[in-house]
Amino acid sequence: MSRYELDARRLLCPLPVIRTQDKIKELVQGDVLTVTCTDPGVLQDIPAWSRINGHTVLETKSGEYEYIIVIEVGS
Amino acid sequence: MSKQIKAVSLISGGLDSMLATKAIMEQGVHVEGINFFTGFCVEGHTHAIRKKDKEKPKRNNSLWVAETLGIKLHIIDIIEEYKDVLINPKHGYGANMNPCLDCKVFMVKKAKQWMEENDFDFIITGEVMGQRPMSQRRDTMPIISAESGADDRLLRPLCAQGLPATLPEREGWVKREELFNFSGRGRKPQMALANEYGFTDYSQPAGGCCFLTDESYSKKLVDLWQARGKKEYDLDDVMLLKVGRHIRPNPDFKVIVAREDGEARFMGGYKKSFINMNSASHKGPLALIDGNPSAEDLYLAAQIVARYGQGRDADQVDVFVRDLAGNESILQVKPLPKEGILDEWFV
Repeated sequence: MSRYELDARRLLCPLPVIRTQDKIKELVQGDVLTVTCTDPGVLQDIPAWSRINGHTVLETKSGEYEYIIVIEVGS
Repeated sequence: MSKQIKAVSLISGGLDSMLATKAIMEQGVHVEGINFFTGFCVEGHTHAIRKKDKEKPKRNNSLWVAETLGIKLHIIDIIEEYKDVLINPKHGYGANMNPCLDCKVFMVKKAKQWMEENDFDFIITGEVMGQRPMSQRRDTMPIISAESGADDRLLRPLCAQGLPATLPEREGWVKREELFNFSGRGRKPQMALANEYGFTDYSQPAGGCCFLTDESYSKKLVDLWQARGKKEYDLDDVMLLKVGRHIRPNPDFKVIVAREDGEARFMGGYKKSFINMNSASHKGPLALIDGNPSAEDLYLAAQIVARYGQGRDADQVDVFVRDLAGNESILQVKPLPKEGILDEWFV
C-alpha cells in the first residue's frame, strides 16, 4: 500500500472529481489517496463517485476554506 | 454461455438520460455511464461560488443519477477538444452561442471511441424526437448517428419506436417493443415513466444543462472574443464569465466587479493573473481588470469600483490598485454617480 496526494484546490466540481478519477487510474487496490480541495461540492461529489466506482472514503475533513478527502482505492 | 451485452450511456444528470438508461438496464444489458465536461456545464459551479446559493444542494446530478441507477460513471474532461466545436460549429449556433448539433455529434463520437476502447456494444442517449429545436429533430437525429460514426449502434430508447431499428434491436440485444415512442416538448410521458420506475427526486433544468444556451452568458462570451479580436478562450475565461458584473467602458478593458463575498473569494484566486482593485478607505468589492487599460482607463475603473462600495456617496475614495507584478498603489477617486455607468457598458 502506498500513499499519494492530489492538490485539487481552486478547481470547481466536477474537475476535482475528474482529477481524482484520473489519479486513481494510476494506483492499485489498497493505495490511499488524499485529495485537498477548495470547492465544498467535493464533500458530496467525491464520496458519490467513490461509492459508485468501488472505492472507500476513509476520512473527510472540512476547514474554513479547504476540504480534505482520504480515499482507499478499491478493486 | 451467451456474451453479456454492454452499453455506454450518455448521462447528463437530467431525467431523460436517466430513463433511457433504466429502460435498457431493465432488459438485462450491462450499462455504464459517461459524462462529458466541456467547461460550460451548469452543474453546481455558480452554486459553489455564490454565497447566496450556499443553501442549495451541491450534488452533481450525473453522479447522483449513476448512484441511483447503480451504475459506474466515467467523467471525461473534453475542455480542450471542445473548443473547436464551439469556435467552428459546422452546423452553426442555436438561439445563443449553443452549437447543439455539433456538440451532440462530438459527444456521441467520443462515446463511440470509449465504447470501442472498452469493448462495449452500443451507445444510449436520452434524446427525444422534437424535444430540442436544434439537435433533437427528425431531420437532425440521423446527422448525429452518421457524423459521429456511431451509425446504428446509437440507440435512443425513449423514441426508438419512431425511428428505424438499430443494431441492438435487430440483433435482439434489446426488445424494440419494450422501448418507447416519446416525441415533442411535453414532459408528461417522461414523468409517468419516472413514476413507474420510482424516480421522484430528479433534475429537470430549464433550458438544458449548458451555459451556452443562456443569453446573458453568450453575450459575455461574444464580447470577450470581440475584445480580443479572435475566438479563443481558456477555462479561466469560462469560469470568470459566470461571476460578477462585467462592465466594459471601452474596447480596451473590462471591469469584473464581485457581487458578493462568495464571488470575491473565488475571484481572489485570480489576483495574480489580473490587475485588481478594491476600496481602501471604505468597504467594497474586489474587481479584476481584463484587457490592456491605460492610466486613464485605470482611473475610470477605480471610479467604477468605488461606485460599488460603501463610499459611493463620498467625495473621495481611496482605491487599492495591484498590478500584475503584485505592486500595490492607491488611486484617490470620486466615485462615479449611478448615471455615470452607462447601460451600454454592462455586458
